Amino acid sequence: MEQTVEFAPASGVLSGIWLLVAIPLASAAILLLLGKRADKWGHWLGVLSVAATFVLGLVFFLNLSGLDAERRSAQISLWDFMAVGNLHVDFGLLFDPLAGVFVLLITGVGSLIHLYAVGYMEHDPGRRRFFGYFNLFVAAMLLLVLGNNYVMLYFGWEGVGLASYLLISFWYTRPSAATAGKKAFLMNRVGDAGLAIGIFLMFATLGTTQYDEVFGNVSALSSTTVLVLGLLLLLGAAGKSGQFPLQAWLPDAMEGPTPVSALIHAATMVTAGVYLIARSHAIFTANTVLQTVVVSVGALTLLMGCIIGAAKDDIKRVLAWSTVSQIGYMFLGVGLGGGAYALAIIHLLAHGFFKANMFLGAGSVMHGMHDQVDIRRFGGLRKYMRWTWLTFMMGWLAIIGIPPLSGYFSKEPIIAAAFERGDWTSWLYGMAALLGAGLTAFYMTRLFVLTFHGPERYTEDNQHPHESPFIMTVPLMLLALGSIGAGWLMSTSVPDWLEPVFGAEEAPHEAVLSHTLITILSLVVTVLGAGLAWAMFRRGTALEPQPAGVVVTAARRNLYTDAINEAVFERPGIYLTRALVFLDNKGIDGLVNGIAAGIGGTSGRLRRLQTGFVRSYALSMLTGAVLVVGAFLAIQLGWLA
Amino acid sequence: MTDFPFLSILTLLPLVGAVVVALIPKQKAELAKTIAFGWSLVVLVLSIVMWIAFQAGGDRFQFRESYAWIPSWDARFTFAADGIALVMLMLIAILFPVVILASWHDVEKSNRSAPIYFSLLLAFEFTMIGVFAAADVFLFYVFFEIMLIPMYFIIGSFGGPRRQYAAVKFFLYSLVGGLFMLAAVIGLWVVGGKTFDFGNLAQAAGSIDQNTARWLFLGFFVAFAIKAPFFPFHTWLPDAGGAAPAGAAALLVGVMDKVGTFGILRYCLSLFPEASRWFAPAALVLGVIGIIYAALLAVGQNDLKRLVSYTSIAHFGFIGIGIFAFTTQAGTGAVLYMVNHGLATGLLFIVVGMFIARRGSSLISDFGGAGKLVPVLAGVFFSAGLASLALPGTAPFISEFLVLIGTFTVHPAYAVVATAGIILAAAYVLWMVQRTTQGELNPALTEVPEMRKDITLREKVVVAPLVLLIILLGFYPKPVTDVINPAVEATMQDVGVQDPGPTAVVANERVAR
Repeated sequence: MEQTVEFAPASGVLSGIWLLVAIPLASAAILLLLGKRADKWGHWLGVLSVAATFVLGLVFFLNLSGLDAERRSAQISLWDFMAVGNLHVDFGLLFDPLAGVFVLLITGVGSLIHLYAVGYMEHDPGRRRFFGYFNLFVAAMLLLVLGNNYVMLYFGWEGVGLASYLLISFWYTRPSAATAGKKAFLMNRVGDAGLAIGIFLMFATLGTTQYDEVFGNVSALSSTTVLVLGLLLLLGAAGKSGQFPLQAWLPDAMEGPTPVSALIHAATMVTAGVYLIARSHAIFTANTVLQTVVVSVGALTLLMGCIIGAAKDDIKRVLAWSTVSQIGYMFLGVGLGGGAYALAIIHLLAHGFFKANMFLGAGSVMHGMHDQVDIRRFGGLRKYMRWTWLTFMMGWLAIIGIPPLSGYFSKEPIIAAAFERGDWTSWLYGMAALLGAGLTAFYMTRLFVLTFHGPERYTEDNQHPHESPFIMTVPLMLLALGSIGAGWLMSTSVPDWLEPVFGAEEAPHEAVLSHTLITILSLVVTVLGAGLAWAMFRRGTALEPQPAGVVVTAARRNLYTDAINEAVFERPGIYLTRALVFLDNKGIDGLVNGIAAGIGGTSGRLRRLQTGFVRSYALSMLTGAVLVVGAFLAIQLGWLA
Repeated sequence: MTDFPFLSILTLLPLVGAVVVALIPKQKAELAKTIAFGWSLVVLVLSIVMWIAFQAGGDRFQFRESYAWIPSWDARFTFAADGIALVMLMLIAILFPVVILASWHDVEKSNRSAPIYFSLLLAFEFTMIGVFAAADVFLFYVFFEIMLIPMYFIIGSFGGPRRQYAAVKFFLYSLVGGLFMLAAVIGLWVVGGKTFDFGNLAQAAGSIDQNTARWLFLGFFVAFAIKAPFFPFHTWLPDAGGAAPAGAAALLVGVMDKVGTFGILRYCLSLFPEASRWFAPAALVLGVIGIIYAALLAVGQNDLKRLVSYTSIAHFGFIGIGIFAFTTQAGTGAVLYMVNHGLATGLLFIVVGMFIARRGSSLISDFGGAGKLVPVLAGVFFSAGLASLALPGTAPFISEFLVLIGTFTVHPAYAVVATAGIILAAAYVLWMVQRTTQGELNPALTEVPEMRKDITLREKVVVAPLVLLIILLGFYPKPVTDVINPAVEATMQDVGVQDPGPTAVVANERVAR
C-alpha cells in the first residue's frame, strides 16, 4: 500500500503559527526573570498571553478550514535545528486539522483554567512563579502538537515533562510534593527513552524524522521494524499518558495545585500519548499485532483505573484514576484504528472539558473546605456551593455517559467500535469497555454523592463551606457548558474535519452485536452502576477505612503496582547503588591499594619509597592498563565482539 | 586576517599575565584579581576575533605557524587549529574569565596568597590553550605534561579537606598516563619518519606496521583515557573534583579532561586509523559501562562536588561512544558534547561552589530545603541540573541526541543501553536538587548567616553568560556545528569510514528535500 503524505507550505496568515509557541514562552520568560517586580500583575499577563494565543489559534483554525481539503495544512521551517551528515532536522512546525483541534483545546481550556487559577492561587505567595510555569507548560505543549517532525515533538514532550515536574512540586517545601514531582519526571523519562530510541530507529531505517517523509515510507519498512518502532512509541505514549505499566506517577501528581491537575494531568498533557499514536497512525495501522498491543494496554488500563478509582477516598485521586481510565478508552480507540481514531480524539476533547470541569470543581470544593480532600468528610455541600454542585453535576453526568451530555457521544461509540473489531477479540475488548462504563458510573456517582449529597460529615471547627468567587465559578460554568454540548457538537463535525489526516472511514467489520443493542447495554450498565452507588452512599459513609475483602484492599493499594515497582526497581536500585559506591571507594581503589600493600610487603625497595601514593597509584594504573589490555585480548579472541 | 599569528599570541598571552599577577604583592589582592580578570577578558576578545577569522568551509587546519625548536629531533613550535581545536579554544576563553570572577572570594578564607592563586589560573590557561593549539606531537606532549603543574598546586594548596591526597593522586595518575604517552611519542617518532610534525606524521601513518600501530595507539589511548577519564581509570576524578576549589573543578572537568577526548580524536584516530577501528569495540564497551556505572555512583553520592564529578564521568562515556561509533553525527555530537559539557558542568560546579561557600560544607546532608532561603540561586542550580540531564532547550540535548542517533545507526545495542543513561541522569540530578533545595528547611541552615543571602550581582554576572549560551546553543547550535562538522568529516575520512545510509529506503524513493 503506497501512501503519499504531503503537507502544504504555510502561506498568508498561517505563516505566523510560530507565534502560538512564542507568545506563552515569552510570557513565561518575563514572569520568571522579572521576579518579585512582576508579582502585582504577573498573573494577568499569564492569563492574557494564553487568551491571546487562543484567539490567534482560532484565527489560524478558521484560515485552515478555508483551504481545500487535500491541501488543508500549513508547514513552516524556522531554522536548521540539526544538520549533520545526512541527518536534517528543521525547527519546523505543522498546523493541520489534528494539530488545530489540539491547539484549540490547549489554549481554550487553558485560558479558562488560567483565569480560574487567578482566584485559586490568590493567597499563595508564589502566584507569579506559578503562572510562569503554567505559561511554560502551554508553550511546550503547543510545540509538542505543532512540531512537523519527531524531534520537535520530543522537544515539546520533554518540555511538558519539565513543566509538569515544576508544577507538581510547586509547593516544594512539602517532601511529598517534591517526591511526587521527581517520580513523575523519572517515570516519564522511561517513556521518553523509548520515544528517543524510536526516533533513532526511524533515522537509521528511513533517514528522516519528518512526519511526511516517515509516513510516506512506512511501507518500505519490514513488519518487524514497524512493530518495534510502534512499541517504542507506545512506551513513550504510556509514560506520558499514565498508561500501564507507567501509570503510577499520575495519581501522585495530584500533589500539585488543583488547576495543574485540571490542565496538565487531565485535559491536555496526559493526552499527549493519544496524540502521538494518532499522529503516527500510518505506523500503527501498518501492523495488526501492534494495534492489538495498543488496544490491550487501553483495555487493561481503563479497567485498572476504574477499580482503583472506586476504592479511593481522596477527591483528586479518584479523579486522577478516572483520568487514567478515560485515557485507557482513548488508547482503546486509537488502537482499534480506522474510524476509531477520530472517536478517540472526540473523547479526548470531550474529556478535556468534563474532566477539567470536575477537577476545577474539586478545587472549588477544597477552596471552600479548607483544603480538605477526603470525600468521606464532605457531604451535603450542594446547599453551600450551588454553582460548584451544578457544574460538577454536568461533569459527572457527562463522564458516565448520560445522553445527551458529551460523554454519551464520545465514549459509547468507542465501546461500539470495540465490539466491531472483527474477530473473537471483539467480545474481549467490547466487554471490557462495557464493564468499564458500569464501573465508571459507580465510582463517579460515589464521588458525587459523598461530596454533595447525604449527611454533612465534616467535623473540624474550621470548616465553613462556602462558594468560591466568580473568577472561579465562571470558568466552571463555561466548562460545564462544554460538558453538556461538546460531544453532540463534535460527533459529526470532528470526524469530517479530521478526514484529511486519518483518511476516509473504512467500512467497519461486522459487529458482533448490533449498535442499538450496544447503546442499550451501555446505558443499562451505567444506570446500574450509578444506582448501586447512589443506594450505597446516599446515607453517607464511615469516616475511617473499613475492613475490606481482597479486591477492595488490592484496589486501595493501587493493585499492588507501587509495591511491585518498589520491589523490582526501587529497592534493588538502591542496593545496587550502595554496593557500587562501596565497590568504587573500597573496591577498585581499595583493590589497587591492597595489591600495592601486598607487593609492598615483599619488596623492600618499593617500601623505601614510603610515599604510599606512588606505589599504589602506579599500580592502580598498571591494573587499569592490564584490564584494558585484557579486554582488548578478549575481543580479539572473539568473546565480546 | 588569517596571517595574524593568533595561536602563538593566544598561548603566550596568559603566560605573561600569570607572571605579572604573580609579581603583585600579597596585600594587593584586589589588584591581582582585577588584572587577572582583565587579562582573561583580553584573551576572550582575541579568541572571538579568531573565531570570526576562521573559515568554516576552508582548510582543515588554519592559522598555522611554525618556529624552530629542536632541529635534531625535528621538533618545532608548530601551532594550527582545526574546527575541533577552535571550539575548544573558544570554550577555554569563555570559561576562564567566568571562573576567575566566580573564584573572587575563594582565597580570602584560607589566608593564602590571592595573587598566586590567580596567577596559577592564568598559567593553567596558558597550558590549556597550548595543548589545544599545538600541531607538533612533541609540543603537545610537553603541554600535556606541564598542565599538571598549575592544577597540582591549585588543588594541593587551595583545595578543601584531603587536598594533599587528592593532588598527589591526580598528579600520579596523570603522570603515569603521560609515561605511556611518552613511550608512544618516541615510538611514533621512530617509525613515522623521525619527525614530530602532525601533518607529516598523518601522511606517514599509512605506512606504519599494523602491530606497531596498535601498540602506539594503546600508549596514546591509555594516557587519554586516564585524562578523560574513562572507566576504569576514573577514580582520581571524584577525589580531585571533590577537593579542588569549585571554580578550579569547573576548569578541571570542563576543559582539562577534554584534552583526553580531543587527543583521541586528533592523535589516536588520525594517526592510527586501522588500530582505531580494531580497538573501537573495546572503547565502546568502556564508554557504555562508564555511562551506566558512573551515573549509578552519582546517585549514591553525598558530596556535591563528588556527585558532579561522577556525572562528568558518565558524560565522558557518551563522548567516548560518540568518538568510537565513527559516524559524522556521533562524532560531531561528541565534539559538541565536549563544548556543551564544559558550559553545563562548568556552570553546575560554579553554582555548587556558591552553595558551598555559603554553607561551609559540600555535604548534601548539610543542606535541605535551601530553596526557601535562596530561591534564585536554587533556580540557577536547577537550571544547571537540567542542562546536565540534557533537557531539550539546553545545549547538551543536541550533543547527546547526536551522539546517540549517530551511534544507533551502526551499533544499536550500545545506543540503547546508553539511552538508559538519560533516565539515570534524571535520577541523579533531581535527587540532588531535592535533597539540597527542596523539602523541609534544614534548621541548621537558618543558623548560617550567609545562607540567607541570595545570589549577588557578581554571581549573576558569572552565571548569566553560561546560562545564555546553554539556551542559545540549545535552540540554535548551527554556528558551532558548522565549525565542527568539516573537521569531524575529515577525521572520519582519516579513519576510513562512511556513514551508513538509511537501511529501508532506496534513494530515489525518498521525498526530495
